[in-house]
Amino acid sequence: MLYREAGQFKATYAEDMAIFPIRQDRIALAVLLGIAFIGVPLLATFRIWPFGTDYLLWAILLPFLILALAAIGTNILVGYCGQISLGSGAFMAIGAYSAYKLATGVHIPLAWLGFAIAIPPLPVLASILLGGFMAAGAGILFGIPSLRIKGLYLAVATLAAQFFFDWAFLRIPWFTNYAPSGSVNAPELDFFGMVVRSPVERYLLCLLFVTVMAVLAKNLVRGNLGRQWMAIRDMDIAAELIGIRPLYAKLTAFAVSSFIIGVAGALWAFVYLGSWEPLAFSIDRSLELLFMVIIGGLGSIMGSFIGAAFILIVPIMLNVIPTKLGLPLSTQTITHLQFIIFGSLICYLLIKEPHGFARLISIGKEKLRLWPFPY
Amino acid sequence: MASIARRLLILATALAGAALSAPAAAQNEQFIPILSYRTGPYAVNGAPYANGVVDYYNLINERDGGINGVKIMIEECETGYATDKGVECYERLKSKGPTGAAFINPLSTGITFALTEKTAADKIPIITMGYGRADSKNGAVFAYNFPLLGTYWSAADIAIQHVAKELGGFDKLKGKKISLLYHDSPYGKEPIPMLQVLAQKYGFEFTPIPVTHPGVEQKSQWLAIRQHRPDYVLVWGWGVMNSTAIKEAAAVAYPRDKMIGVWWSGAEPDVTPAGDQASGYKSLMLQHGAGKFPAHADIEKYVYAKGKGSTEPGKIGEVLYNRGITNAMLGVEAIRKAQEKFGKQPLTGEQVRWGLENLILTDARIKELGFEGMLKPVSISCSDHEGARYGRVQQWDGKGWKVISDWYTADESLIEPLVADVSAKYAAEKKIKPRDCAKET
Repeated sequence: MLYREAGQFKATYAEDMAIFPIRQDRIALAVLLGIAFIGVPLLATFRIWPFGTDYLLWAILLPFLILALAAIGTNILVGYCGQISLGSGAFMAIGAYSAYKLATGVHIPLAWLGFAIAIPPLPVLASILLGGFMAAGAGILFGIPSLRIKGLYLAVATLAAQFFFDWAFLRIPWFTNYAPSGSVNAPELDFFGMVVRSPVERYLLCLLFVTVMAVLAKNLVRGNLGRQWMAIRDMDIAAELIGIRPLYAKLTAFAVSSFIIGVAGALWAFVYLGSWEPLAFSIDRSLELLFMVIIGGLGSIMGSFIGAAFILIVPIMLNVIPTKLGLPLSTQTITHLQFIIFGSLICYLLIKEPHGFARLISIGKEKLRLWPFPY
Repeated sequence: MASIARRLLILATALAGAALSAPAAAQNEQFIPILSYRTGPYAVNGAPYANGVVDYYNLINERDGGINGVKIMIEECETGYATDKGVECYERLKSKGPTGAAFINPLSTGITFALTEKTAADKIPIITMGYGRADSKNGAVFAYNFPLLGTYWSAADIAIQHVAKELGGFDKLKGKKISLLYHDSPYGKEPIPMLQVLAQKYGFEFTPIPVTHPGVEQKSQWLAIRQHRPDYVLVWGWGVMNSTAIKEAAAVAYPRDKMIGVWWSGAEPDVTPAGDQASGYKSLMLQHGAGKFPAHADIEKYVYAKGKGSTEPGKIGEVLYNRGITNAMLGVEAIRKAQEKFGKQPLTGEQVRWGLENLILTDARIKELGFEGMLKPVSISCSDHEGARYGRVQQWDGKGWKVISDWYTADESLIEPLVADVSAKYAAEKKIKPRDCAKET
């Protein structure tokens, strides 16, 4: 009744190939973007519920946006190209530390050549994007094994990348500018003269990054490159036979995915944490991103958002609800309960719908088209 | 259909009822959040500390009716020693209560690093008693950080003073080998600059040996120690890393009485898992040790007798429990001091910060509070957020901790230049204009 496309005619090829062909979808997206770009900042500035305190912005929306961006990157590699990667945390770390070094000035003395590579501190936007490019370079390097090995074995190779970069950022003091504690501080976020400091400003900055990169990613996966990735995922030998070059497809998947993950890592470090140590990008982060993508739906940009929301918010909710309900449980019991309930939820979801939330939503949309009729 | 609807209606009413029946925020209460960890690899040490903190706040409420009539409202939040959970707990709890959080005590150097900027922006003091950033002693740059009673640079200096005493003088340090077995995190790395300065001054060979979190894998480190044969091993661990270090030392037959742990590596949960093998292990004391003092008698009388205790009565008086009550006591006294200026009402973080910065505990006051024998006088000021830098050394004899040394005082002439240098770098990086302590006091 509400979701019918009756009366919506496509008169041009552009309309026919639109990302959101149904008008109701476009309206829903416009409303969502309106709430995200205008509604939330307004509510937060005037401290209207639920933005009475900074908590929702700082602790829920900000990490959600950044992790959703990282999940989009992971989804491109794991969901669209079928290359299992356990190194997402390392690529986030590369993005973060490269951006940090570029923002604080790089000085590499090459004694045997007699001169030094000295790059002055770059503006923050440039360092974040260049950090993404550094991560893309590392992604290509650690993606080369994918040309020979597949599946679980590739997962192990990317795990090697994770542990290698864990070690590198911990043990090579050049990356942390020789800080004695190994902890680094993000530089001031100065974008073209405007300094980003308050939670609302940080939220809008991340929202801008996420929107732009989500649109770019969506267009990429609907185009030629995306189809090459999906062909490789579905049957890589057949793809090679019809003329798709596996080297090009796989390495571009690694490159694009690592770029997005690197930018997300730089945002996580600069905008959310402010001060971080290498443990912030450990194997737990990689596994978290992988779970987000699996729960959200492999091969779906929208699924990345939903997966990120689920993995991030449900544990926090499970921790907060017992206290809100006034149950006399110790924090120990609450944390243990959270692990039990969260794990059971994941098991249940994967049994009910192995393709993740994205599949549930597309089934929902199908049913909505017929509603209120059963068929 | 009807029964499902009815069930949903009942559930909705119950939840609504629960939400409505949540107690309205009492207006005359001071909210103090407790960031603790009772799960994870560091819970063995985090839990007794948190128990001490909770018991002391309950004591103040039960025995005195609050701080000058203002009751303390507490809420615990589980951080698991993880930086991101610590930050999330802080954000959740910082605005609770009528005036927000009085102060934050994260019990983690990693979380301290992450929160230093945020607490300064939110104007909530962060008390890092015996841990945290060593350069935050300089209150001119770090207005909201209070590394009370001792930083890791003071600890490093006291440890070397004790080693020198055992060897028979500072001149005997020359040529000796001292290794630091440290937790590979900001906590473990913090003493390294100070130890390098001391190594250069006294001529001993200093070798840092990192142990990856959580610290259960130490076999290769101890094999390296067996090859290297240092004269002393300083242990800078936390949680399961401490007990593992002692067990591994026994496995490679390194004499336990040549191991000196920092004050976070010298508690009952660290030595009891190793059994007899831990006998002889030494550790620094953050002024206090184990044992029961008049304050404990009060806690037993007013809190445990009423069934409001948070741990078994047998565990009162353990090292980390005592540290918890000491930390809580310092926070409460700071609030009391701030109430002298701002009135006997719930205070904001900014006001409690003033109280902290002007807190002076004399011997007489320490005796009144029931902490005589545990603490020496504390005097916090704008330029000195540490307040005191004394320490002793205790040794485990298989059954209990025995104090085996006199009071040491950390050598400020060595620490002050390093503090000034590193805090100046921080101020330049963060564009903080250092306060003028002479003007403010």
